[in-house]
Amino acid sequence: MKDTRELIEVATQVRRDIIRMVTNAASGHPGGSMSSADILTALYFNVMEHNPETWTREGKGQDMFFLSAGHISPVYYSVLARTGYFPVAELNTFRKFGTRLQGHPSVRKGLPGVHEPAGSLGQGLSVAIGAALAKRLEQDPHTVYCLTGDGECEEGQIWEAAMFAAQHKVDNLVAMTDWNGQQIDGRVDDVISLGDLPGKWEKFGWSVIVADGHDMEAILEAFAEAKRRQGAGKPIIILFRTDMGHGVDFMAGTCQWHGKAPSKEQCEEAMKQLKETTLGDF
Amino acid sequence: MRYTNTGNKDTRSGFGAGLAEAGNRNPEIVALCADLIGSVKMDAFVKEHPDRFFQCGIAEANMIGVAAGLALSGKVPFVGSFANFVTARVLDQIRQAVSYGNTNVKIAASHAGITLGEDGATHQTMEDLGLMRMMPDMVVINPCDYNQTKAATIAAAEYNGPVYLRFGRPSVPNFTPADQTFEIGKAWVVEPGNDVTIFATGHLVWEALQAVDQLKEEGINAELINIHTIKPLDEEAVLASVKKTGAAVCAEEHLVAGGLGELVSGLLARNEPAPVEFVSVDNRFGQSGTPAELMTAYGLDAAHIVEAAKKAISRKR
Repeated sequence: MKDTRELIEVATQVRRDIIRMVTNAASGHPGGSMSSADILTALYFNVMEHNPETWTREGKGQDMFFLSAGHISPVYYSVLARTGYFPVAELNTFRKFGTRLQGHPSVRKGLPGVHEPAGSLGQGLSVAIGAALAKRLEQDPHTVYCLTGDGECEEGQIWEAAMFAAQHKVDNLVAMTDWNGQQIDGRVDDVISLGDLPGKWEKFGWSVIVADGHDMEAILEAFAEAKRRQGAGKPIIILFRTDMGHGVDFMAGTCQWHGKAPSKEQCEEAMKQLKETTLGDF
Repeated sequence: MRYTNTGNKDTRSGFGAGLAEAGNRNPEIVALCADLIGSVKMDAFVKEHPDRFFQCGIAEANMIGVAAGLALSGKVPFVGSFANFVTARVLDQIRQAVSYGNTNVKIAASHAGITLGEDGATHQTMEDLGLMRMMPDMVVINPCDYNQTKAATIAAAEYNGPVYLRFGRPSVPNFTPADQTFEIGKAWVVEPGNDVTIFATGHLVWEALQAVDQLKEEGINAELINIHTIKPLDEEAVLASVKKTGAAVCAEEHLVAGGLGELVSGLLARNEPAPVEFVSVDNRFGQSGTPAELMTAYGLDAAHIVEAAKKAISRKR
């Protein structure tokens, strides 16, 4: 458990990790990784009940996290490493031949912390619901978390999952959306608008929380509120308002950095903006 | 003939009976269905274990994902629907969440093949064996009758890993032993012979059995092997038989593309070159009709197998 100031410092380090990993690999997806960095830092350091030492793919006796938007693997790997699932130095191997840190998360390389592969969008929420049902069957009181992108919500399977979870009252599940408003071809509103996103989820029978995904206090409060709402017969979703590329001025608020690596010079510029932390780089 | 028809039954009911029995034995088994409980014969399981059944509605993509989540958490989920809706419709979900994820999901596919009959081409799934065979680590099973489908269902439940289990709608001869043990990947020599090998799968095993009798009357000794497991293929059994007979026929209710014929031919080409004749629906869509009409029209009945066997023998060098 960390205080807010410490969490902000970790999130800054996570963003440094993201930029350095993607630059090092000369490929990858920094935009959504940066917009999700504060959310996942809060989740893994302060919210989830989990233990890297006793973690298993089955996830029994712990909270579980599913990344549905598999392309934002840099933020996922950084947070996993920084919470002790594997050595921080391994972040150097991201996307390199033979790595456990595949471009999109895999369960075939023995990487601790990953329950299920992701990459093809729209699938993770269904899988997380299945894991939540298993916990219910086993009377395991832990929570299942799942993060999707907002562009990802254009996939029909998300709404199949939404209806299913409401019907089966999956109330030990907290879904989250990185609502950054951007996707590869432009603004979500210009590609296929999601319209009234909170309203959609409410009409689908979910308990909806909207929060600022870059305000650490607000993030923690949103998770606390989600905790309070659990067990009430409704699945819960937190829609986190975010900016793609948040934390580096030339990357923020545009879809241009969805899946592009910075040059060495751009990486150096980003490192100036994201101040060094006491955690140190990988 | 060593096997006789003990009375027509549908293979899907064999699945239903197998699921109920496996479900009683193993409390980790759960079931999911996409609005087809009665058609897929999940009724008994649903009745006995309502807490372990999840109705998914007409939303198969989500069903596959939920099953994967249950499986990675230690459950043994069976998902049931019509063959098209749990293969082609959700191929990407199966590829990522089940095959790549290597989750212990059992895909139970009913109403497969042209013998679905009157529903017509949209529902007559004949690509599924090929699609599922292409998924790494997926076991693909296509049993031949009620008893074998029941035994295969129990074997699939006991096996740890993804399984595709194909069965059908019509009542067909039930001729394999009720007390059989189903061994995944172990081909079954139904009739021994020396002149030609007939590799048959699913409903066509019974047709092939009739063909063997007809061939016998003409002085031809055909060996009949039931390839109930398409993947992993019992390569040893296939090669040993063709080494002996020198010619093969592959009979299946499937397209040529991705089917048993291509599979066996590829194996023989690499190891034991021999003439192979294909009894299949070629690469065509089906149409409405009775199962018997369609079997004849699409060249899948015993008469066509007999012709194919003779042709294969005539092509021996």
